[in-house]
Formats: sequence, structure tokens, C-alpha cells
Amino acid sequence: MSLLETPSATPATPREITTKPRISDQIFRGVVTSFGMSALVILTLIGAFLAVRGFQTIHSVGWSFITSFKWDVTTDDAGVVTYQLGVGAMLIGTLMVSLVALVIGVPLSIAMALFLTFYAPARIKTILVSIVDLMAAFPSVLFGLWGFFVLMPMATYWAKLINQYLSWIPVFSVQEPFFERSPFIAGLVLAIMIIPIVTSVSREVFAQTPLDRIQAAYALGATKWGVIKAVVFPFGSSGVVGGAMLGLGRAFGETVAVYTVLNLVFAPNWHVLFGSGGNIASLIILKWGEATGDETTALLAAGFILFVLTLGVNMIANLIVRQTLKSGK
Amino acid sequence: MSTITAVKPQKPWSATPKDISNQVVALIASAIIAGAAVKLTGLSGKLGFFAVFVVSATVAEIVQGVRKFGRKALADNLAASIIYVGAAAVFVPVVSILYMAISKGLAGMHWSLITESMFNASFLDPVDKGGLLHALVGTLYLILISMALSVPMGILTALYLTEIKGPGAKFIQFVVQAMSGVPSVVAGLFIFTSVILITPLKTSAATGALALSVLMIPTVTRTSQEVLLLVPQDLREAGLALGATQWKTVATIVVPAARNGLITATILGVARIAGETAPLIFTIGGADKLNLNPFSDYQSALPFYVWKGLTLGTPESIQRAWTGILILLILVLGLFISARTLGTRKIGK
Amino acid sequence: MTKKNSQPNNDNVSGEKMSTSTSSLANVSKARASQKVPGTAPLGTGLEARGVHAWFGSHLALENVSLDFAAGTVTALIGPSGCGKSTFIRTINRMHEFIPTAAMAGQVLLDGKDVYAPGTDVTKIRLQIGMVFQKPNPFPSMTIGENVLSGIKLAQLKVDNKDDLMEECLVRAGLWNEVKDRLGAHAGGLSGGQQQRLCIARSLAVKPKVLLMDEPCSALDPGSTLRIEETISELSKSMTIVIVTHNMQQAARVSDYTAFFLSDGGPGQMIEVGPTSEIFTRPRNEKTENYVSGRFG
Repeated sequence: MSLLETPSATPATPREITTKPRISDQIFRGVVTSFGMSALVILTLIGAFLAVRGFQTIHSVGWSFITSFKWDVTTDDAGVVTYQLGVGAMLIGTLMVSLVALVIGVPLSIAMALFLTFYAPARIKTILVSIVDLMAAFPSVLFGLWGFFVLMPMATYWAKLINQYLSWIPVFSVQEPFFERSPFIAGLVLAIMIIPIVTSVSREVFAQTPLDRIQAAYALGATKWGVIKAVVFPFGSSGVVGGAMLGLGRAFGETVAVYTVLNLVFAPNWHVLFGSGGNIASLIILKWGEATGDETTALLAAGFILFVLTLGVNMIANLIVRQTLKSGK
Repeated sequence: MSTITAVKPQKPWSATPKDISNQVVALIASAIIAGAAVKLTGLSGKLGFFAVFVVSATVAEIVQGVRKFGRKALADNLAASIIYVGAAAVFVPVVSILYMAISKGLAGMHWSLITESMFNASFLDPVDKGGLLHALVGTLYLILISMALSVPMGILTALYLTEIKGPGAKFIQFVVQAMSGVPSVVAGLFIFTSVILITPLKTSAATGALALSVLMIPTVTRTSQEVLLLVPQDLREAGLALGATQWKTVATIVVPAARNGLITATILGVARIAGETAPLIFTIGGADKLNLNPFSDYQSALPFYVWKGLTLGTPESIQRAWTGILILLILVLGLFISARTLGTRKIGK
Repeated sequence: MTKKNSQPNNDNVSGEKMSTSTSSLANVSKARASQKVPGTAPLGTGLEARGVHAWFGSHLALENVSLDFAAGTVTALIGPSGCGKSTFIRTINRMHEFIPTAAMAGQVLLDGKDVYAPGTDVTKIRLQIGMVFQKPNPFPSMTIGENVLSGIKLAQLKVDNKDDLMEECLVRAGLWNEVKDRLGAHAGGLSGGQQQRLCIARSLAVKPKVLLMDEPCSALDPGSTLRIEETISELSKSMTIVIVTHNMQQAARVSDYTAFFLSDGGPGQMIEVGPTSEIFTRPRNEKTENYVSGRFG
């Protein structure tokens, strides 16, 4: 409300503010922008390349590429090549092994994250945090070596035990007593590989639980576990889910560790304790050396499927984690 | 009056000697029970001992707790037990991996490791013949070329995202995030089919570095972006208010303030790719001799050396693999630790 | 060691040293004082702090505080920021020890028993000594009704009729009429003042003997502040209340006794305690007088 009478009724409009940047700034912006854009271009190229190959294969092989379980390239005497290409078994294998890794790895990570945030004495805590972070730096081929020579004998024994007592649960029964190099063992190795990332995300979320809520719960006479149940879990649950999905993304794409420890068979296997399985990454490693022509394209298509899977999971995970940390719900 | 402090600070809430001795007694008793259970019943070996030990120690804790504090101690102690066991279960494999790598790796160590390649020896020969010099050189080339490609790209992209925030910034952000999800296998296969098969650049260290850059650029970009965002906005405003151009502000104020973090971002990116195996399988060929030309001819690298030893399967080749992984582990851990120490130093204001 | 009289001094001597601000404070507190006869409600022997010291690491934050809170009274702790008032009340309900470097000395007696005695169940202590914080902190993942009963659930206490208890606590906190139709709504939808009254209701559900309040109104508007002060008056009929406040007018309105804390660069100390009317009209210590008459603070 102005004290002065305005003669006309036109409301004030903002005026345009312009600036002409100096030459050095224009160069700077130009250089940086081109680099930024080229990152964009490179990825889009990768995605497009893979997508094109992927659709090529589906076009020539049909949707059975995804559903069929056979992968065979045979050349008869006349030099005619027959292709039977299906990643179905490997897709199922990827999911199986990753699922085992999640089921084993996520609870352990949550326990470790809770331990580090709420139970560990201060001196031990810094050492343990460093150790868990160091785990993230271990080369994957190290997990392959250790998994094959150290873990497998023990895990085979555990698998036999589980089979002995729990085989009435369908997942734990086996068609033959062949327990070596099973999805269970591969999943165990993967679980250890994803623990660092799930733990560090969970820990970050737990540590950011608003202090005033924790204090309010303690002031009401709660025990430590009571506080965790009432305040920490409701706050951090979606963050933990996001961390688990990041771990899942890592598990999908893991190659050498799984290749070493898992017995690749082109048939779907739901019995986790039985030594047969596969995943898409191992398929690519196995077949690329002798692949030519259509088979190579098909391998690229398989890689594309893996890429899309991992991409989807990672995107959802990042969304969730960012939500939790931002909102402080 | 306030100078008389004959009163000593105490912590009456910490565990009394009686509490501690009670706990120790409970643990020893559990160990004895577990040992007895293993001897007398069918439960076998370390697993059985461990399981019985944990169960009886937990029961002892719960009984003590409920007696002193009532019902709610049951859930509290049970949860604490499970959490402790879970944390230990994570800790054990890490220690085991380190122990194995060190003990098995050391067994194959000898000086000629770093002076010879495998040109005159086969992987199947006894371990003291030949070395991994070619792999060391290869890894070095891979790191250098990848850095040359990825660090400028990564940091400049991060600068675009944080300083210029031009059109498409959100999309670039999304794309960088997506890129960090590319499986290493796919990166390798991609370079194989799009570069090696098609362009004049064939299997060599350079193509390997290309594949590794696909993995390294997103890591460097994201970490650099986080670091640049940490530089307080008022620093930038101070520079601009003094009449400096944006380019000068960024170059002389923002980047130096973030310098430690940017170096950390680089080192972490290198640590990530130094240990990658899968992309190399498609792109470097894995030579046995020393190759000083990174742009042509097959090249070896540490992870590839290890992979070769592992897949050949004989005791000698596997021993070589362990030694190789120990060296690689030392390299990667060294990078990691230096990144951490550098990163924890405060950002200079 | 300073001990208070069990009866407030009803004389209001208009001394030469009084300034206008303290006289109005005195009138307010005199009105309160004439209504209260503390110590007659059967609330046990109350709360007593003897020689309490508090450290953060090697830094002594609080030195030798002894206060006897008679049952059924409201005691205000006043003083400038940083002189240890909040630290002091956190030593009472054993929240101080959550800080890793914390240490203390002295005793805090509830009904004659030291809450720091070895073997004490600290969660039980916190059931008997409740706390309301400066920033309202209801649990956002719970509804209003669940928030009120959260203390019961956390302590696994047996309650015959949960709905009656919920209503009783909300009535005593002065919130019942505003939320009785939406007990199932989420607590985050309430205003600041309502949230704080919800936190008070939550603390009441476990039937504490003592309620500690750490600047409960400093984040609220005057209307909510008034409502809460009325609540405090009502509550003091059945429990002992200790309230930390920066607002001297509030201390005058609400409390029977006032203790003045001060730190002159060193550890915080309690300078003087007495019936509220006296602290504001005839403080015995010069520093107290300087503070209440606004010469510093």
C-alpha cells in the first residue's frame, strides 16, 4: 500500500538483466562446457551402441534371446553356422547369485553399521571403519582367489550341513550331491564384496539420525535396542534399502570372482546349494574369445541387458539414498 | 573458591570391576560348555564350537540382565549379541583375505620379480624363474594413460556442473551417475567391439586405458563434484565482488580451496581401476614379455597376470597369482590410504 | 552447601535497591508464592543434588552444585548462556554420560537414593525423572496417540487402559481438546506449541516424579508459552519440576524457587538460590542482583 496515488494502474514488471562476459570467461565457459558435453556424448554413444546391437540381436534371434536357455554355436562340415543364443539361464543365474548375496550380505551389513554407530568403543571404531572401507578397495580377482581356495572348502561343508537338515525346503534340496561351485558359494563371495558399500551407506544414514529424537527416546527410559527400534530404523530404513540396491547393482556386474567360483552350466538352477549356475558377466568372459559375427553381437546384446539392469537398480538406489539424507524425515 | 578442585572426575556409569569379572566368567564358562558340547555330542568342529559358545554366552548375558533390569533387558541383550556376532562375521573374512594374501604371496617373493618378465619363463615353471616386471610396466601405463584421459575430463565436467550449471547440467548429472553403473565387463566389451575391431588402434595398453577410463571418468566426476560443492559459496562471491572474472575466481580461489579433495578424487579413481580385471581381458591381450609401447602390441598388467596364473591352474601358476595379488594389493591399499590421509586434511580457507 | 527454607518468605520489603523491573517481577512471584505450600503433597523426599561437578574431558564445566528441590515445587534455573544449567539438569537424569568424554562427581539423590549408585538401572531412573527438551521432538513416524504412549511401549510397562491414560496425559498437558478427534494423525502436522505439549504429555505417561524442562518455551510463540506455563502450574501439584530458562519474567511467573548460575570464564557455579520473590527483590549476592536487574546477561 503506497501513500502516493499512482496515476496509472500498470503493475511493475522486472527488467531484463544482461551481461556480456569477458573474452577470458567466454573461453573458460566454452572449454568447460565442451568437456562437460563430451562426457554426455560418450555415454550416450556407449548406450546407443549397446542398444543398437541389442536390438539387432533381438531382431534376428527373436525374444527367445531372453527366454531361451541354450547358448550354442555350431559349425557343420559345410561351414554353415547355426546359432542358438539364449541368455535366459544366465539371467536367472545372475538373479539367483545376487539374491543370495543380498540375503546374506545385507543383514550382516546392517549389523556392522549398527555396531559401528552405536556399540563400538571410540578407539576400535576408527580402526574398524577403516578396515571396512579398505575392503572396498580389494581387487575383485583377490576375492576370486580367496573364494576358490579358502572359502569354498568351508562353504561346501556348510552347504552339506544345510542340505542335511533343511532339504525339506525346496530351495535347499539338490538333484545330485554336488556341492562345489554352487550359486550359494558364489553368493557368499559376492556378499562379502558388497558388504563395504551397503555398510558405508547404512552407517552414514544411521549416523545422521536426528540426535534430539534419540535423546527423547533415552529420556523416556528406553534401552539402546529400544531406541534403535523406535527411532533409528524408522528414520534410516529407506536409506538402508537404497544401500542394498547399490550393493545389488555391484553384484549384478561382478565378473571374475563369480567366474572363478561358479560352475557355468547353461540351464537354470533354482537349487542354490547345487553346483551349477552362471551369470551374464561370466557368459561374456567365457564366450568372447571364440565368438565371431552374430555371436559377438549377441554378447554385446547380453552386455546391454546387464547394463540396463544395473542402471535401473542404481538409479532407484541413488534416488532413495538422496531422499533419506536430504529430508531428515 | 573455584580453584579448589580436590574432587576427582568419575564415571559412575561405566562398568564396575564386579560387572567386568561377571562378564569374563560368563565368557569362560561359555567356552567350556562349548568345548564340552563339541566333545560329547555330534556337533563338529569350529562351527559347532562357535555356535554353542555364542548361544551360551548370550543366554548368560540375558539371564544376568533380566535379573538386574527386568524384561526389557531380554530384547536389549539379545539384539546386542546378534549385532556383535554379525560384526564379527564381517570382520573375519577381511582378516582371512589379508592373511592369505600376505602369507601365500610372500612365499613366492623374490627379487627377480621386479626385474624380469615372463619372456624367458613359463607360468608353469618353478616360481623363482621369471618375474612380473612386464605386468608392473603395463599397470603403470594403464594408470598414466587413464589418468590423462579421465582426470581432465572428470574435473572439467565437475566444474561445468558446479560452476557454470549451464543447460543440460541436470541431464549430464544423470548421465554421469548412469555411467558409474556400467559393469566393468561391459566397458571392456564395448571398447573391444567399437575400437579394436573397427579402428586402427588394436589391442594394446591404450585400448585397455580407454576401457578403464569409461569406469574412471564417472568416479572422478562425482567425487570432484562433491568436493567442489563443499567450497563455501561466499568464497566465490568474495572473488566476484572484487571484480574478478569467473574464470579467475575458479582458477585462483575455488580450485585451490578444493585442491586436496580433487587429488583425493583422482587417487580414488586410480585405486578403483588399478585392480580391475574384466575390462583388461578384452583389451590388452596379456603379453608375457616386456612391452614398452603402449599403443601397439599386447600388454600385460598386474590384474591380468594374476588372472592368468589363476586360470592356468597348476600349483606354480597359482603361486605366481598369489604373489602378484599381494603386490597389487599393496599398490591399491597404498593408493587408498594416501587418498584417505590427504582427504582428511582440512580444506584450506 | 546452600539449603532453602521450606516456606517461602512472604514479606515483600520494598528496599532502596529495587529497580522497577524487579518490582514487577516481585509482584508476580509474590502472587504465586502465597498460593503454594510445598512439601505437603505426598511426593517423597524429592530430589537433591549434593556437590555435583561435571567434566567434559579435562574441562570442568560445572563446579560443586548443591540444590535441594523440595517435592511439589517448581524451581527455575536462571543465568547467562554457557554457565552449566543444561549440563546440570542432564546430570540429574543421567543424560550427561552420553557424551564420550563426560565425567562427574557428587551425588544426585531421588527419594534418598543416589541415582549414580553402582548397579542402578539407569532406564528406571529416567522413567522417574522425565525430560522435556528445548526443541519439540515428537517421533515423526508415530501418530499423536502412539507418541503419547511411546514411553510405555519403550519401557514395556503394563497399563490397564491405554486410552484412559492417553486422555489423562493429553488433558494434563493441555492438548486434549485440540487433538481428541485426530489421535491417529501424524505428529508432524502439529504446530510448534502443540508439539511441545505433546512431548510433555509423552513424558507424563510414564508417571515421573520429577520433570526436567530445558528451556521448553524458547522456540515457541508467546501464546504457546502461556499455555505451557499454565500446564507447568497444574503439573507442579503432583510432581517436582525443574525448569531452565533464559526468560526472567517466565521464572518469576512460574517458579517457587530460583537458582542463579554463573560462570566467570571458569566452571559454572550456582551463585545463589532462594524463593523466587526474594531472588528478584532482595538477592543476597551482588552478581545475582546485577543479573536480575539487567546489568549484564
